[in-house]
Amino acid sequence: MTVIFIGTLATGPVWAEYADVVLNRYAESQGMRPVVFPHWFHRTRVKCKVCHSELGFEMRAGSNDVRMSDIIDGKFCGMCHNGNVAWSTEHCDRCHSGKPGLPSGIYGGNKTSGPSIW
Amino acid sequence: MRLLTGALLMLLGLATAWAATEPKDPRVWLQLQQDGIHDPEGPGVTVLQQPEEALKEMPPDFQGVGNQVDWVRALNQGVIQPIDNLYEATEVRRLDLDIIMPNTGEMPRVRFPHKAHTDWLDCSNCHDKIFVPKAGGNPTNMFVILAGEYCGRCHGAVSFPLTECRRCHSVAWSEPVKGGPQPLPSRVYEPVTEQVDPRLKQQGGNQ
Repeated sequence: MTVIFIGTLATGPVWAEYADVVLNRYAESQGMRPVVFPHWFHRTRVKCKVCHSELGFEMRAGSNDVRMSDIIDGKFCGMCHNGNVAWSTEHCDRCHSGKPGLPSGIYGGNKTSGPSIW
Repeated sequence: MRLLTGALLMLLGLATAWAATEPKDPRVWLQLQQDGIHDPEGPGVTVLQQPEEALKEMPPDFQGVGNQVDWVRALNQGVIQPIDNLYEATEVRRLDLDIIMPNTGEMPRVRFPHKAHTDWLDCSNCHDKIFVPKAGGNPTNMFVILAGEYCGRCHGAVSFPLTECRRCHSVAWSEPVKGGPQPLPSRVYEPVTEQVDPRLKQQGGNQ
């Protein structure tokens, strides 16, 4: 309990929007902020099947080994983030907008207080 | 003067009455700068769209459930028009077939709608990696789903969370249906905020 409390003090509470993904496998060790991928934003514009079938993103946080060089080569995010469909990789800080120190993974999924009766 | 005061008071009264009849939307989306994962000091965060701006006008889900948006309805109503494919050569596949999963213990049975899922996903997203396309061929249970397998690969992470038991467990045992593929037409569901478990109706519904 105390550990949790101290942890919260150290990092601040997290209330990310449901299904936000933090990608920090390489970013911070390369001197960049972690990447925040907002599922909600992309869902309003692109169906799941585009990234998870055409582009080859595995549907499991942590199982996609995405490097910046891949994106610049037009793979993964770079399929759209090429300055043509969506903003280009020149706008580093728009994707690399996460808090330093955040571990990779999917966020917001534990933040639900729906009407269900368990 | 008194007349003016009276008129003003009446207007105020009317405004209050109108406000009272408008149910207040309880849903709140945090600003990105306060969500705990964006760096408020970062130069990029001011350029990004705020969730509230995108989601507030979409068909609602309950307060606190996922993104608080009924995504399936938003798509069906054309409120959003997400693209199906990037490449022209990609075949866009859809299937309208409900499957009833009958091994649900004391819970109502599960009616799985292929249509709502293939509107978003391609067959290959689930078959055969997550589900064998054969009725009875998937020995799933709630423990493994909660651990992120089978339905839990998306539900509880990206699609509506696993607190919404009766959104999947919707077929009462009093309904005389068999497990497996169901004849058309598939079931059409009410908006999620209007779906009430009949057993809760006596207690004033879902809320």
